[in-house]
Amino acid sequence: VRVCVVGCGAVGSLFAAHLAQVGGSEVWAYDLQRDHVDAINSRGLRISGVSDLVGDVRATNDPERIPPCDYGIVATKSMHTEAAIAATASAFEGGAVCSVQNGVGNEELIASRVARVIRGTTFPAGHLVEPGHVEQDTGGKTWIGPFEPKPAAMDEVERLAEALTEGGMETVAMPDSRGAQWTKLIFNAASNPVGALTGLPHGWACERDDIRKLVRGLVAEGRAVADALGVELDSDPDDLIDHATKVAHDHKASMLQDVEARRPTEVDFLNGGISRFGREQGIETPLNDALWALVKGLEHSWKLDD
Amino acid sequence: VSIERVCVVGAGAIGSLYAGHLAQVADVTVLTRRPEHAAALNAGGLQVSGKSDLSVRVTASHVPEGIDDVDLAIVACKAVDLPGTAEKLRGRFGRAAVMTVQNGLGAEDVVRRHGEWPLISAVTFMSGTRRSDTHVEYELDTATWMGPYMGGGPSYETVQELEALLIAGGLEAEAMPDLRPAQWSKLIFNAAVNGVAALTDLPHVKAYAEEDEFSDLGHLLRGLIDEGKAVAAAAGIELHDDPWEMNVRAVSRGETQRSDYAHVPSMLADVRARRLTEVDYISGALAREGERLGVPVPLNTAVYRLVKAKEASW
Repeated sequence: VRVCVVGCGAVGSLFAAHLAQVGGSEVWAYDLQRDHVDAINSRGLRISGVSDLVGDVRATNDPERIPPCDYGIVATKSMHTEAAIAATASAFEGGAVCSVQNGVGNEELIASRVARVIRGTTFPAGHLVEPGHVEQDTGGKTWIGPFEPKPAAMDEVERLAEALTEGGMETVAMPDSRGAQWTKLIFNAASNPVGALTGLPHGWACERDDIRKLVRGLVAEGRAVADALGVELDSDPDDLIDHATKVAHDHKASMLQDVEARRPTEVDFLNGGISRFGREQGIETPLNDALWALVKGLEHSWKLDD
Repeated sequence: VSIERVCVVGAGAIGSLYAGHLAQVADVTVLTRRPEHAAALNAGGLQVSGKSDLSVRVTASHVPEGIDDVDLAIVACKAVDLPGTAEKLRGRFGRAAVMTVQNGLGAEDVVRRHGEWPLISAVTFMSGTRRSDTHVEYELDTATWMGPYMGGGPSYETVQELEALLIAGGLEAEAMPDLRPAQWSKLIFNAAVNGVAALTDLPHVKAYAEEDEFSDLGHLLRGLIDEGKAVAAAAGIELHDDPWEMNVRAVSRGETQRSDYAHVPSMLADVRARRLTEVDYISGALAREGERLGVPVPLNTAVYRLVKAKEASW
């Protein structure tokens, strides 16, 4: 099986290095980070932390060099999906492309360029230690399923799940993977912007009564949109919020980390995604709209500083 | 004119602007929080630059015992310092009129708990920047609006007299028989603009009035303002100015002739300096009034909660 990971940051690297453990696999990585690409090609892609392995991965920043692939795994930040899939789509003319990104809306962008698409949601996370080396911070499952408007075949989805699981990333293939995606989406959209706007780590924010009420309101809006779409959540996002308050009390949401580093956030695909799907379903999402606008305003403020 | 002696309580930017201008036409004393601030004013006087160019002598003290009787006191401290400041004034100033100029709602009630002075409600649109203890830069030369407090104020004639005095001193001022329409206009405007600024770090620029994209801030500003208008309507208050129009005017005024004039709202200045903000008196006041009157204010409540949590992050 030949796979190309598109966007080989922390999460992409976890997928690439694990897949490279599978016998008979050929794993490519497309990434724009030149030093990361060079390090992978000279020393292999190293994962430490929760996993400890080195993957034989062929990395490139030149999309022309990617051979025809059976699978693509898109792991860029959501705001780069459009450009990344536009650059690499020709490698996937005979294959299926799976998004393992945050939020909603990525599969739609991928489907505008390739024929067969897989909807994915993943929990493992990590961070880049140095070029060619990613530390895996958390484990967890990945859920994948056909993207309904332009679906990959179910047996194609199952083969990818088997390969990933064999490589050491437990992956569940399911006919409808929207429940996992929306559960994570609603959790992220309720917790990430609150962290980004207040500067508070997850537990510090959510153990405040006032913030917990706001978060509950954000979750309720997301749940109403999921209901209207006929998506059955696979767990209660409010329970996940309370669980994270216990187990990830001092964790700074990725959006807060982005804001502190003045990087563009994925808010368009989180609160913006809930808002957009809500409008399509005739469901109002005033709190998600408000937090979306506030985070966009925060990003705008960085442009005024010079 | 019977207002001849004025005490300005709190010598931040706004208090210093009142003191510097009124010293042209009245005996001005200044009650400061810090002793060294009073000492600096007594030694070097007070300088105003920018829209005015003044250098005046004032008498200052950091304790009320150092202030002689006055005809009028202007309480110009920050809203968060108001309870402590008002307590210091207990038993002082006899029957002098006391004017509050704090942002938001509720300042008069706080002062009233500490004395029976006839109260003047006021909102001010002027702004300035403190350059030092003895130097303030006068930036926006917009008006102070004043009216007798509905819960016990002086006669309207007294307020008109104060209007004349402020104008004679070189400030813009307007007396109104009932200030609440103006006070609420500014409250609703401030809840929207200051709250968003505090959370986004974004000065009050054109983005606040843009409504092209669905995620543009203009939609949120309109939503916050519409909630405020619904609360005002339920309270039986007919607004003096439409807060949305105030928002649009403020970002297109071009004070500095730049296309993107960037005024830093006071609550954003507080956040940047990691000081407690006035959000309890602004978004918080609007949220409480909404609850009291049965008008839903989810967006203002969200902003209120986020700003309180942001303060807690320090």
